[in-house]
Order: sequence, then structure tokens, then C-alpha cells
Amino acid sequence: MNQHLKMDRPQDDVIGTMAQGVIGTAAPRRDGPVKVTGQARYAAETGTGAEAVGVLVRATITKGRVTGMDSDAVRAMPGVLSVITDKRLLRNPAQGTANAAPVQDPGQVAYFGQPIALVVAETFEQARHAAQGLKVRYAAEEAVTDPFADTTEVERPEAKQTEQGDLDAAMTAAEFSVDSTYTTPAQNSAAMEPHASVAEWDGDRLTLHGSYQMVKYNRNELADSLGIDPANVRIRAPYVGGGFGSKLGIAPEAVAAAIAARDLGRAVRVVMSRPQVFEATMRRSGTRQRVRLAADADGRLTGIGHEARVSNLPDEAFSEPVTMATHFLYAGKNRKYAHEIARVHRTCAGSMRAPGEAVGMLALENAMDELAHAAGIDPVELRLRNIPDVHPENGKDYSSRRFADCLRDGAARFGWSARNPKPGQVRDGEWFIGMGVASAARGNILQESQARVILHADATATVETDMTDIGTGTYTILAQIAAEMLGLPLDSVSVRLGDTDFPPAAGSGGSWGAGSAGSAVFLACQKLRQSLADMLDTDPSELTLRDGTVTSSNTQQSLADLLSEDLTTIGHIEPGETSETMQHAGFGAHFAEVAVNAVTGESRVRRMLGVFSAGRILNEQTARSQCHGGMIFGIGAALTEDMVHDHRDGHIVNHNLAEYHIPVNLDIPQLDVVFLEERDAWANPLQSKGVGELGISGAGAAITNAIYNATGVRVRDYPATLDRVLPGLPDD
Amino acid sequence: MTLKTTLKINGKDRTLDADPRTSLLDALRNHLDLKGTKKGCDHGQCGACTVIVNGRRINACLTLACMHDGDEVTTIEGLGTPEQMSALQDAFVRHDGFQCGYCTAGQICSATAMLDEAKAGWPSHVSASLGDDVSLTDEEISERMSGNLCRCSAYPGIVNAIRDVARGGAR
Amino acid sequence: MRDFDYARAGSRSDATARAGAGAQIIAGGTNLLDLMKLEVMAPEAVVDITRLDLHEISVVEGGGLRIGALVTNSDLAAHDVVRRDYALLSRALLSGATGQLRNKATTGGNLLQRTRCFYFYDTAMPCNKRDPGSGCHARDGFNRILAVLGTSDHCIATHPSDMAVALMALGASVEIEDAAGDVRQMPLNDFYRLPGDTPHIETVLEQGDLITAVLLPKPVAGRQIYRKVRDRSSYAFALVSVAAVVRMEDGKIASAALAFGGLAPKPWRNAKVESALTGKVPSDDLFGQAADILLADAVGFGANDFKIPLARRTLRAVLRQATEATQ
Ligand SMILES: Cc1cc2nc3c(=O)[nH]c(=O)nc-3n(C[C@H](O)[C@H](O)[C@H](O)COP(=O)(O)OP(=O)(O)OC[C@H]3O[C@@H](n4cnc5c(N)ncnc54)[C@H](O)[C@@H]3O)c2cc1C
Ligand code: SF4
Ligand code: FES
Ligand code: FES
Repeated sequence: MNQHLKMDRPQDDVIGTMAQGVIGTAAPRRDGPVKVTGQARYAAETGTGAEAVGVLVRATITKGRVTGMDSDAVRAMPGVLSVITDKRLLRNPAQGTANAAPVQDPGQVAYFGQPIALVVAETFEQARHAAQGLKVRYAAEEAVTDPFADTTEVERPEAKQTEQGDLDAAMTAAEFSVDSTYTTPAQNSAAMEPHASVAEWDGDRLTLHGSYQMVKYNRNELADSLGIDPANVRIRAPYVGGGFGSKLGIAPEAVAAAIAARDLGRAVRVVMSRPQVFEATMRRSGTRQRVRLAADADGRLTGIGHEARVSNLPDEAFSEPVTMATHFLYAGKNRKYAHEIARVHRTCAGSMRAPGEAVGMLALENAMDELAHAAGIDPVELRLRNIPDVHPENGKDYSSRRFADCLRDGAARFGWSARNPKPGQVRDGEWFIGMGVASAARGNILQESQARVILHADATATVETDMTDIGTGTYTILAQIAAEMLGLPLDSVSVRLGDTDFPPAAGSGGSWGAGSAGSAVFLACQKLRQSLADMLDTDPSELTLRDGTVTSSNTQQSLADLLSEDLTTIGHIEPGETSETMQHAGFGAHFAEVAVNAVTGESRVRRMLGVFSAGRILNEQTARSQCHGGMIFGIGAALTEDMVHDHRDGHIVNHNLAEYHIPVNLDIPQLDVVFLEERDAWANPLQSKGVGELGISGAGAAITNAIYNATGVRVRDYPATLDRVLPGLPDD
Repeated sequence: MTLKTTLKINGKDRTLDADPRTSLLDALRNHLDLKGTKKGCDHGQCGACTVIVNGRRINACLTLACMHDGDEVTTIEGLGTPEQMSALQDAFVRHDGFQCGYCTAGQICSATAMLDEAKAGWPSHVSASLGDDVSLTDEEISERMSGNLCRCSAYPGIVNAIRDVARGGAR
Repeated sequence: MRDFDYARAGSRSDATARAGAGAQIIAGGTNLLDLMKLEVMAPEAVVDITRLDLHEISVVEGGGLRIGALVTNSDLAAHDVVRRDYALLSRALLSGATGQLRNKATTGGNLLQRTRCFYFYDTAMPCNKRDPGSGCHARDGFNRILAVLGTSDHCIATHPSDMAVALMALGASVEIEDAAGDVRQMPLNDFYRLPGDTPHIETVLEQGDLITAVLLPKPVAGRQIYRKVRDRSSYAFALVSVAAVVRMEDGKIASAALAFGGLAPKPWRNAKVESALTGKVPSDDLFGQAADILLADAVGFGANDFKIPLARRTLRAVLRQATEATQ
């Protein structure tokens, strides 16, 4: 009994007509009590304690070949069970949705810190020491590690070098123009839970407790890496300690644990150390971006150019899609894009929260600020003037877009009118104070997703899907959708996630999780409503379900009385023509007030507001928290985060949380988040859009624009650490 | 070689016979089945492993279990259960003071002891004066909680939850 | 972390005897274990001194304070006398690390914590401090956090402590007991050594020495300020820090004690800077001259060049604040 929907047409708002009244509310997280009491079991914690422990060994050259290692000496150490150098071990982590094995064979070294072996011992202490003691011999080769050196090999994929009109001519003819180059550094997702796997075999069947975001793909990636049938692989990830993209695809520890467990005939646990998370899971590529803006006397854009260079390992297909939002955000007839991929021997580059927009919007929105200054137009007004009617490159309509309202509403709430447009004018003691604005935009995507909903005879329901909750609120949101549709109190719905034995969902990535998995739950519930209506010989639209009571025309009875057995359905959503016919995106505007110390150049965010239009908000509280998260990632990107590669060998110098500075509590003031009322019929049957990545888009630019307003210092190389602000400050 | 250590954990005597290299954190997680305490960095850089020893919050990763023979240890499991949450645990749920939940045990243990530090009149880096009159402003809470990183960035909710409890807010 | 023999010292003499035989002393463990886990340090034996009777803070006769080596950074910062008379020390301590770490970190251990140089921490990198003679990979590498004063061709590491900078400005001494049971005292300024061609030797301590206390002289009058400049607002080491005790008399600077963190391989104090200020009427020019003297020999290595102007600006701001007529 299935319900399938391909999104070929816009969908009416059905859930909004339901009676339970839980959808959209700020219902507290269902997984809250187990998380705050330490009862939730994350991947590394699933073992019985009897498992062997593996520790990965890192390469200490940048490129070359492993020619030998003193495995025997290590095997002779106390407690050591095995030294594994199997060719199936991963060299690179898998890219998101790869669905197949990533680059393998650790004997070939492609970057400093690459895993080259796994040492397994009885205890963690023994394994760690043995791994540290493993002597490795290499045949090292010359390696290019600098993405910006003249000699570095650079690829220019044809499809990504596009042009419309004549930007050069537009620049020449422009009344006002900007031509600036920005750089953003490499970054790390730095989820608080390090990548971890516990592998267990039962005959030919493997169960992996892993910390992963998209288990249906991860299963195939793992099976393909091991050379086994995916049907024999089960992945469980009911709780995931953050991902932010770094756990989209399987990482080296998963395959290593599986191989070791098979070899040893017992369960094996492999947890990456924090430096290994930095060195051997995805990094966000550093970028260099040239942005050109041409405008007429009124500040109306006549041209936009966005040319980017990113980097990755030679054999990786992913490249940070820097210009993603630039295509559809602002008007301008003449447009030019370039995309270069430098092939360098640095840790694999992949997706980190909002790949593309997270860095591309920093440059674009700084450039807009520069243009506003050049033209003497208020930065909010400049943006408002350049909102296109339709997609400026393909003429499509926007599925929903309250972009202008976000800017206007935000400006009013923030007190934008009090901003002095002249930089360096506002002082509070030793601090310069400034305000900045930036737009937010992030493409919205629907992905195929399935969920099973069981309506039990006792009028409770169970939702099962392999979807994950990585802090995104999935447990809560899916329960709200089912409760709303089936007219049940929230407590009567239980949700089971993160297990490949459940129907396959979209997985947590690209902000599509809630909309996609939620739609599958919605569809299953729609079918269940149909079944109930059939029982009562009526139409589902005549049915009111609320608090476990069924009302139709004049009859009213308890749902439990009506049901004589469990009803099970699977909901199945697929993207369809609406993905093509419309431009889909969430929009927003960030406003920041920043203080810059006149003596030291230290910058601190004083207050910040994000106003977003993201379709139906499924849970006010979790959505707000997602936006907080994005905005704070933006604060980190603007002010502190910088994963430094040594210029000689490309190794990551600050591969720990003491020196890779993610924001601390004191860096963050109370943040305001406002969601504008919006429905998007073209997005999915819930009429929602993604929020997890929208909040980061542009956030950092609002802060650097505020630094400019505060001081007159335009930092074009991120992050705006004090050493980059200081040279522009007046002698104090 | 192993060492015998007795710890009083959450009110119960627990004996450990382990490699002297075992950190208090690994003792809890790998030997004593107290997996609520988390490991985020193993080097004192994140606070996920915060537990309370003899009334003080510390990083369990940067101390050896064998150094704590006879000490009283409180972990997240000792503060409350899903059925009976402590005031802070309850407030973290109400204020959405977490997302993925991985830093949360450390945040809550840290906050629990932090409130006692404030009560004892300990000043902080952001205190205007070094006097005894600690008032837990948002800034004070944030500074005192800066030893607990949260990459999900639930900081606003964390501060709201702690402020609520510090002011004797609703249970 | 290599396997080691663990022993809990029953007495000071037990501790010094074991340390004399090569055991590494462990106190709070927050620095030693950090480094042992990475095998940057790999002692074969460890002696735990935490149960020794060195937890007291006491006022000594004739004024001054005696701080037991095992007094935690938290207890020291919160101590009434310290808050009242040595506010600078409280401030420095509170700016360091985190609540959790300060609850463990001890006075002795804090003085002896080792550099945070990235290359020192990574055993795959050449480092003269960790592995004498192997070279210094930081010098031409990413040296943003490293030193501009007191460096040598062999090492440009900084001493990371905040507490030690405050103690330096307060004129503290260190009390040391050796394996023979002899107790000696020495000014903190003489305690640390510059790297020269032996960057692995950081202090004058000999094998078997146990720090038993830190001694503070009678509180000096004057305004006390600790200012720490860093990348995050909390939980970050100092890029530059300035500790100052400045006494004004009749509109002139009667005395000034200044120490600096983040600039050098040890908490830095330069008597010439202080004498240039003494007896003078405060002015921006004067402060600039003081900064010139402080930074006359400063050399940056690229990424850390900014520390020179930053130190100048910070010093001037601190002096301005310290000499202001009203607070
Ligand atoms: C993430 C992180 C951030 C930090 N941030 C800061 C900061 O901002 N500012 C700051 O100042 N510090 C900071 N610290 C460092 C912290 O202050 C030190 O680790 C701590 O002070 C060391 O004290 P301990 O007692 O733990 O020393 P231990 O680790 O026990 O010992 C350190 C060294 O001292 C020796 N030793 C200890 N006691 C004695 C004694 N009595 N006699 C002889 N030898 C002895 C030991 O053998 C060892 O070599 C930070 C630490 C971490 C991990
Ligand atoms: S600066 Fe000193 S500690 Fe750092 S690498 Fe060079 S020798 Fe080692
Ligand atoms: S695990 Fe102990 S501080 Fe990070
Ligand atoms: S809740 Fe995920 S790290 Fe804090």
C-alpha cells in the first residue's frame, strides 16, 4: 500500500487544512530527553566493550608511494592484533551522494595526513601507541600544493565558463563599477563528534554503526569499497553528532573498521582523532574570486562577473560551486562566469555547509557593498533595485521569493536607518561601531525519498525511514507531520531513523532533508487518511482527525475504535517537472552590528538579525536553531576560521580545535531570526523550503561589510582576523 | 601492567583495573559503560568531556583515571534521567540548547558546576570588578561557558537555558 | 602515548627522588598529557604530585604571598587576597584557558607549560625543541603565533602562559626543592632561559627539581592591568598580552613594571622600558618611546610581523589607561 508522487505540478496546501495544530509549532525536540541525559548512543558508543580498537596511521609525505613499513615490530607490541594495509582502504573520503567507492589504495599517497594503514589492538591505549610507532618507508615525489602558483595545473570545465552579453563593454560603459578580488581560506566542518565506526560481521553480513548523514548512499559506497553486495550491508546511524557535509560520504575509518572486523572475526571500533578529522575528511576548498559589477547612474546593474578558482586533488570530481547564487540573485544583462580547479595535493575537498553559497556570497555581497559605496546608494536600497523579475539567465519564474520583504522587514527591525553611511564615524569608547547588510540565497532542492508510516490499532503511529537527524530536528519534524496528518497528539507518534533496513530517504544534505523526507511521511499519511475515509465510506476531505478522534459529517468516534489492525503505508516522493519549470531557492537578509577595537583590530559581533523566506516552517524552534547555526558558521567564516596549509608540503598546520578557531559562546551575541510567512506550492506537498544552509549564505559578508562601515577597512581576504584589519586602522 | 583505581561515580563506588594510560574519559566510556560523556578532541580543546570531580568541572580527557583514586565523579548520567531531568537538562530541552546533542553532556555538566562557581562569588574574565557580587548576565554566562564548544552553534539556546535556571526559572 | 610507570608521590622527597631518577612530574596534567598523547613527550615514568601538601595560599610575614605549587589556577584567581592586592594576577588567570582547565591547571604546571608552536606539536615536523638538531620548521613556515623577541636561529617559539606574564610584572620568585632536599628561590626573570642553541632547555630547573611555591613580594601600590589580545573572545592563547603595574605620583609615573606575553620565548620584561617611563609625565610620545625601546630588536618572520605594531599599540593603550587621572 503505497502513495507515490512525482512533483510535476504545484501542490495544494493540504497539511495546512488539518486540525491537530502541531505543524509549524515550536515543539521541543523528541530526542531531547535522551540527548540531555547522555542516553543517546552515538556511533562509537554502540559496542559492547568487547570490540577491538583500530587507529589509523597517517602519511607523513605529500605525494609518492609507501615502499614498506615495520609492521612486524608493531605486531609484536603489547595487545596489537593486526596492521592492515589492505588495498581497499580509502585514500579519500567519498563525496556526497557518490553511491560508489571513492579513491582507494592507501599505498599511493596523494596528500599529507592521508590514512595509509590501520593498527588494531585490544585497547585504545595500545592501538594509539602502536600506530604512533609504525615506521613507514616512502618513495616521495615532488608535489604541487599551492592552488594559486603560476605553475599549478588548472582545469577549466567548459560548461562552467559561461557568458551572456558583453561584460567588458558593460564595465566600460558603467557609471559605477567594482572590480575586486577576494579570497576565502580552506575550512573544516569540525562536527563535534569525530568520524567513528563500529563494524560487526555476522557471516557475510556486515553491520556498521557509523556517524553518517546519508546512509542509503553510504551503504553502497561501503559495499563497493569492500567488493561485496550492498544487500549484505546494514548501516545504522540513529544519532549523529553533527555533520555539516563532512559525513555525507563514507570516510576512511568505516572501510578500515569493516576490513579489520572481517579479518579478526570480531567487532572493531575505529574513531578518528581530531587531527585526523582535519586531515582525512572533507575540507572546504579555499577560493580566489574576482567579482565585477557594472551599474548605471541609478545603481541598476548592467553587468555581473564572477570568476573563481578553487582546488581539489587530481582525481576528484567535486569542485566548490562558488557562483551558484550569483546566477539568479540579481539582475544585469551582461554576465560572465569562470570556474577554475587547481589540482593540488591537499586533503580532499568536498561539501561543507552550503557548498558554493557559503563562500561565493561572501565575495558577491562584499562587492555589492563596495558598489553601494561607489554609487552613494544605501546598500539595502541597492539590493532592492536589482531584484530581477525572472531568472536573469534563463527567464524562469521563482517558485516563491519574498527577498525584497526580507530586506525591507529586516532593515526596519534592525534600525538600519540609524546607520551612518560614512565609515569610521561611530565610536563607543575604544571601539568603532558599524552596521552591515548582506543578502542570503540558497537553491532549494527536492530529492527522492521514502518513509513508512504504521498507524497502529491503538491509535499510535510509527514513522520509519533511513533518514538521519544530525541535529536538524528530523525526529521532531517527521513526528509533527504524521501527528498533524493523522490527528494524533505528538506523543503518540514515534519516529525511527538512521537504519538502512528502513525505507530509503534523501539523507541529510543540501538542506533537502526535511522537505523530502517530510513529504514522504506526508504522502504515507495521506494514504492512511484515504484508508480511514474508505472505512467510513466517505472522502478524505470530509474527515477531521484530531487528538485521536475521527469526525466525518455527523459521526464522531475514537480512532482506536475505528481501527481493528495496524495499517502500514509507504510514502514515496520524487522530484518532477516543477524542478525544471521554476527557479527554486530560499532567500533572506542578514543585518549585523560589529564592534572593531581601535587599538587591536579585534572584531566582535554585537548583534545580528536574519530574516528569511523559506516556505512553510515545519518547526519554528528547530528551524530557528538551524538558522542560528548557519549565521554562527558565517561569523566563524568572517572572523576566525582559517585552515592553514603549510606552503611547503601542504600539510594542515592548525589541525586541532585549539588553533582552528570555531566560534566560542562569548563570540556570539543573542541572534534574532525572523521567518516571513510563505508557502511554496512548487517545492513539495508541504510547501516548505530548506533552512539548514540558507542561514550561512551571506552571513559572513554582513559582518565584513559592518567592519568596513565601522572602520573604513575593506578586508577582502577572509577571515578578518586582527592582523588584516590593523594596517588600515588609524594610528591610535 | 594495570592499575586498580576506585572512583565514586554518581554516588556509587566503581573499581577500575586498567592501563595507567587510561584517561578518566576513556575509563568512563570504554571501561565503565558511562558513554554519556563525550570525546570531541581528546586534548582539552572542546569541553565535550566535561565531568564534575569533587565538585569542580574538569576535562576528563586531560587527566588520568588512576590519579583520581577515591575521588567523587559526577557525570551526565548522575544529573538526571529522561524521566527525571535536572532543572538544567529540562531547560536545555525547552530552550533548544542543542542540536546534534554531542556537546550537550559537557555543556550541562559544565553549566551545573559553573552555577556553583558563580554562587561562590568567583569572578570571570568579563566581570567588571573582582568583587563577590556575581550577577550572571548573558555575557557572564557566555564567558563562563566558553570552554564548551558547540559546532551546531546552539549558543543562543544554551545561554537562554542557563539564564532561565540561574534565575530560578520554571522547572 | 607510550607505556609508563605510574607512582603517586607520598612526600616531597619521594617526588624529587623519583624525578631525579628520570620520572616526569605530573600535576594538573593538562599540558603534559596533551603532549604525551601525541608522543611529543614520552616519559618512561610519571610521578603524580597532586596529593602533596602544596595546595595552600598563605600571607607571609612582612607582607607578600606564598602560593603552593599545586594551587589551581581557579583557586588562585578567586583568592580574596589575590583579588584585592594582585588583581593583575587574577585577571591574567581568568583570561587563560577555560573554567574546566583552570580547575585542573596548577601554579607550577602553568609556569612550565610548553610552547603551542604547531610544529612542536606535530611529530612529523622537524623541531629543535622537541628533537634537538632536527631543525626548525616554523621559522619559514606558518609562524603567525610565534615570537618576535628573544628568538634564535634555532627556535622562535613563544611561552604561552598568561599567569607567568602577570607574575613577571609582579616580581614573583619561584621556590624550588631539589633531590637533596635543598630549597632555593629565584626571581622568575632568571628562571626561564632563552632558546639560544638549546631550545629544548627552557628553564634553569635540574632533573629532580620540584617547584614547591611561587612567592609574591608585598603588594605594590599602583594601577594593575592585564590586557590580552587574541583571535577569539575567549578560549584562545594570547597573540600579544601586556601586564602592567603603574604608580602615579604628582602627575608623574613614579614606577612602572611591565611584562609581555605572546612576544617571546619567555614572559618578557625589559628594565629599560620601565626606566624610560619612570619619573616622566605621561604622554603619547613617551609611550611611543617606551614601545620603541621594547621593540628595538624585534624581528618578525612573515606571518607574525603584525605582532610588532600590535604590541606597540597595545602597550600604548595600556599605559594610557594606567596613567589616566581617574579610573
Ligand atoms: C586548549 C587549551 C587552552 C589553553 N589556554 C591557555 C591560555 O589561554 N593561557 C594560559 O596561560 N594557558 C592556557 N592553557 C595551558 C594551561 O594553563 C596549562 O596546561 C596548565 O597551566 C598546566 O598546568 P598543569 O598543572 O596541568 O601542568 P602539567 O601538565 O601537570 O605539567 C606541565 C609541566 O610542568 C611540570 N610540573 C608540573 N608541576 C610541577 C612542579 N610542581 N615542579 C616541577 N615540575 C612541575 C610537569 O612535569 C610538566 O612538564 C591551555 C591549555 C589547553 C589544553
Ligand atoms: S619555533 Fe621552536 S618549537 Fe617551533 S618548530 Fe621551531 S624549534 Fe620547534
Ligand atoms: S574531549 Fe576533552 S576537551 Fe575535547
Ligand atoms: S549540539 Fe551539536 S555540537 Fe553542540
